[in-house]
Amino acid sequence: MMGFRLKALTKSIWVYHMSTGSCNNCDIEILDMLTPRFDAERFGITLVGSIRHADAILVTGSLNLKALPLIKKIYAQAPKPCVVIAIGTCACGQGIFRNGPNCPDPVDSVLPVDVYIPGCPPKPEAMIAGITKLIEKLTSKK
Amino acid sequence: MIRYLFNFLIFPGFLFTAIFGLLVTWVDRKVSARVQWRVGPPWYQSFLDLVKLSMKEITVPQGASRPLFFLSPLLGLSAVMLSSTFIWLANMDFSSIGFTGDLIVIVYLLTLPSLAVMLGASASANPLASLGASREIKLMLAYELPFILSLSVPIIKTGGLLRLGQIAAYQAANGPFVFSASGILAVLVAVFCVQAKLGLVPFDMAEAETEIMGGVFIEYSGILLAIFKLTRAMMMVALPVLLVTLFLGGFGLWKYLILVVAAILIKNTNPRVKIDQAMRFFWGKMTMLATLAVLLAIAGL
Repeated sequence: MMGFRLKALTKSIWVYHMSTGSCNNCDIEILDMLTPRFDAERFGITLVGSIRHADAILVTGSLNLKALPLIKKIYAQAPKPCVVIAIGTCACGQGIFRNGPNCPDPVDSVLPVDVYIPGCPPKPEAMIAGITKLIEKLTSKK
Repeated sequence: MIRYLFNFLIFPGFLFTAIFGLLVTWVDRKVSARVQWRVGPPWYQSFLDLVKLSMKEITVPQGASRPLFFLSPLLGLSAVMLSSTFIWLANMDFSSIGFTGDLIVIVYLLTLPSLAVMLGASASANPLASLGASREIKLMLAYELPFILSLSVPIIKTGGLLRLGQIAAYQAANGPFVFSASGILAVLVAVFCVQAKLGLVPFDMAEAETEIMGGVFIEYSGILLAIFKLTRAMMMVALPVLLVTLFLGGFGLWKYLILVVAAILIKNTNPRVKIDQAMRFFWGKMTMLATLAVLLAIAGL
């Protein structure tokens, strides 16, 4: 029974896409992951419009000061259990904006990030590999 | 009494229709995937989605009307449970539990899920949800008139029978109505109205994920969202089976699948229309076609 519940959680991940001041490159690659070539819906992954429906938040971008309060609010509104996936070098470790005055806080200082997918931008294959690692992590934890 | 409860809760009411509806939701997703040259999800995906949603936290927005927010999904679900019980029973045995006028009751019950969606959206204290609710109200005003006009064609052709089982029996004796001029027009109108009633793509402006982020469902999470999804899945059984009963002469899996796949193909080949375009479509072309069908039926064609 426990295994079935865990399978339901990991085989039906609905993702919500949150851009915190990215250059749009990672966002385009996320959309590529859902196109016919990669077809993430095979694994039950679909993009949803509302945070209330989401099981995973995909954070892209270098978390600028305008996005900082919003992303806290978004995470508070998400129904738990909800995982956070940082996509792209900026979201993982601030990238070239490390010393920028507009982006003082890395994403993982604000949100509990579960998976880091680096790359500028990461390939869809890298994202699918990251989500596979996330599923392995979730199934071994419980 | 126990037989009625069994009919309502297990077969052919809630449980049977729910499982059937979730499988049809998979057919919808699979056919859409194949149209887009994708592989698509496995057959049990809709069940996994429901189980997952039922394990999630239920969030209630600040300022929401809590009783209405919690009760409106149940209102829609109970209405579709009752109407699908009636529709299936009329198909299984022409002289079964139905009563004179049950067609009218079914038409009323099938409007309740849309009303429940509106109530829940208005109760959730979100501007985008109320925008979606207002679109849903306008859409409902638009499609109800041609839908009822097209459903009155079989009533006229049977000489005023209002009982679903009797209409099916009449067709079993005299041939399905879809092979007459008025019948084919009425089926055409009814298929488009069902498309709007199910909220499928050309008429999904109340949800509009890319525009108003889920619209009417924006604040719903967890099991409440699962109940809305289940209601939608059961409507996908109840409405086409109602059309099959009224026009195609009783239930058959192939007749049902043809209607459903037609709806899925319309969904995949059309962009979302604006609400004013939808109203013009239903009050203009569709109402005219439905009126023509009624006049033809009165003339006996």
